[in-house]
Amino acid sequence: MFELLGVPPQALFGQLLLGLINGSFYAILSLGLAVIFGLLNIINFTHGAQYMMGAFVAWMCLNYLGINYWAALLLAPIAVGITGVVIERFLLKRIAHVDHLYGLLLTFGLALIIQGVFRNNYGSSGLPYQIPAELRGGYNLGFMFLPTYRGWVVIASLIVCLATWFVIEKTKLGSYLRAATENPTLTQAFGINVPLLVTLTYGFGVALAAFAGVLAAPIYSVNPNMGADLIIVVFAVVVIGGMGSIMGAIVTGFSLGLVEGLTKVFYPEASATVIFIIMAIVLLVKPAGLFGRAA
Amino acid sequence: MQLKTLLAATALGALMASPALAQQISVKAGVLNDRSGLYADLSGEGSVIAARLAVEDFKAADKGIKVEIVSADHQNKPDVGSTIARQWYDQDGVDLILDVPTSSVALAVNQITREKNKVHINSGAASSDLTGKACSPNTVHWTYDTYALAQGTGGAMTKAGGDSWFFLTADYAFGHALERDTSAVVTKAGGKVLGAVRTPFPGTDFSSFLLQAQASKAKVIGLANAGGDTINSIKQAGEFGIVAGGQKLAGLLVFATDVHALGLQTAQGLVLTESFYWDMNDQTRAWSERFAKLNGGKKPSMVQAGVYSGMLHYLKAVEAAKSKDSAAVMAKMKELPTDDPLFGKGTVRADGRKMHDMYLFEVKKPSESKAPWDYYKQVAVLKADEAFKPLAESECPLVKK
Repeated sequence: MFELLGVPPQALFGQLLLGLINGSFYAILSLGLAVIFGLLNIINFTHGAQYMMGAFVAWMCLNYLGINYWAALLLAPIAVGITGVVIERFLLKRIAHVDHLYGLLLTFGLALIIQGVFRNNYGSSGLPYQIPAELRGGYNLGFMFLPTYRGWVVIASLIVCLATWFVIEKTKLGSYLRAATENPTLTQAFGINVPLLVTLTYGFGVALAAFAGVLAAPIYSVNPNMGADLIIVVFAVVVIGGMGSIMGAIVTGFSLGLVEGLTKVFYPEASATVIFIIMAIVLLVKPAGLFGRAA
Repeated sequence: MQLKTLLAATALGALMASPALAQQISVKAGVLNDRSGLYADLSGEGSVIAARLAVEDFKAADKGIKVEIVSADHQNKPDVGSTIARQWYDQDGVDLILDVPTSSVALAVNQITREKNKVHINSGAASSDLTGKACSPNTVHWTYDTYALAQGTGGAMTKAGGDSWFFLTADYAFGHALERDTSAVVTKAGGKVLGAVRTPFPGTDFSSFLLQAQASKAKVIGLANAGGDTINSIKQAGEFGIVAGGQKLAGLLVFATDVHALGLQTAQGLVLTESFYWDMNDQTRAWSERFAKLNGGKKPSMVQAGVYSGMLHYLKAVEAAKSKDSAAVMAKMKELPTDDPLFGKGTVRADGRKMHDMYLFEVKKPSESKAPWDYYKQVAVLKADEAFKPLAESECPLVKK
């Protein structure tokens, strides 16, 4: 059997596919962050907590209300999205006119509070959530065993990411949104309700995080820290892709998943840091990020 | 006014003359552990509750010992843990530090305790180095260690035909120690270690590492990790059909709280080693029920049970030594036999190793479990001298050979 860089190609393909799966989570989460940053200019540190809330709402739906995975996939983002709308209306709106830093501090504080509340009520070691019966088992691809559920994660996240991109870049609603990003005062002068647009955008970004949370529930343990561990990596993804760039967030999310997957084969010890190394290099060479416009 | 002063002076005189009160010893114990991260459920506030129960059961106040308990979160970071330990010893008058899960933090606290000549009773950490090459006259390692886990789960799996191993190792002091100790057991029993992968700690996605383990064709995949890492590895191994494909998983360190988080559907059949399980006899059941009432219904882990048992023994030693002087108390702890409702009778060895039996458990099938937290059936008992490293092989400089 021939080898590629000292690793059998079968193993390499397998790892690349796994990287793509992890990249799916990075993509959805960084997309949400990018959308929020683009319009609100807020670095939403609550994103990880909102991802965690999505997973918890799915768990609660199943265990308290008997609502299955498929319904939760729709309900959890809506429920968590509504909490996002409330946060935007009552908190973020009030500090919209001051420095970015306050938004960051506020959302970071909120994340700590939300995680603390969940930890107090549900402990830190997590809750079990079974993979839905329709998606159990897997396919033998020859070079690896692909669990059906992981395949579904890639497909679902691709659809959601591309749909979001399409709405923002190619529809009338999206054009309002982009106009409001560019010049909110002028856009409002044309009779478009910018504050409503802002609130809904934040709600939508949060709903994306919750959607990723529901996708994650059956494969990672549903625990209060699941978002805190992930959010820092996702921020690095956004920085690499370029703050506020929609396509940048999607492409960077998937490709960094791949890079991380490869690192896990060649030098597993570095797999937790490789993304930050890339971030440092990108910041040195292209400070606005790979897809970002220089301010 | 004059009368008041006179009365006060008399009272003060009486106080000083009273023999019972002259012996009053006040002890300050610090419970240092993970209160917010992946080990918070198996140690955390539960360990503080366990320490309080020990003070209550010892009736410390009646014996002229005043005990104050403080606690802090070391966030599984050695730097954070060291700073807290130093502050406790230097400024806050803490006499002993209990628990300290996460071996990297435990090794740091072990060193600081030695420098400051205080007492450290470790329950949460696993590395057998605490009583091996890093042993200290000021440390007792109470509940379990990587050597015992390796003997228990590693020995049982190898005997059952699992003679080739691949490790998923958490990349820090604990994982390395557990991999080393288990490899020794496997090789000694005639097995082979085919490889290992060091996974960043803490991690969430283990699928890539599991695939490498699968490709190694080893009969047993040893999980040299703990807490959330173990939970995610087992969950994802199920998803990738690793167990269905004929390879066995060895959870080298699995706590009852982990099984609770996994659910029996996923965890069933796992073989694991612990020194304590709540449902072993009437005494453990009675104590665990008291504990659960204070801990939101959650049963104790062996780490929390160890904090109780260690605190109790420390207080006995203080009573016997009539002082809280570290050297005197350590000498009494090693001299007096240990005895408590949770671990039964035992001893503390010269190297600081607390000796008691370990148990091999198997996780029940969902159909066998009759009540919440009814998770284990006992498979075998490992006598203390088989479970822990014999003194003759010890690397500890305190042991005279």
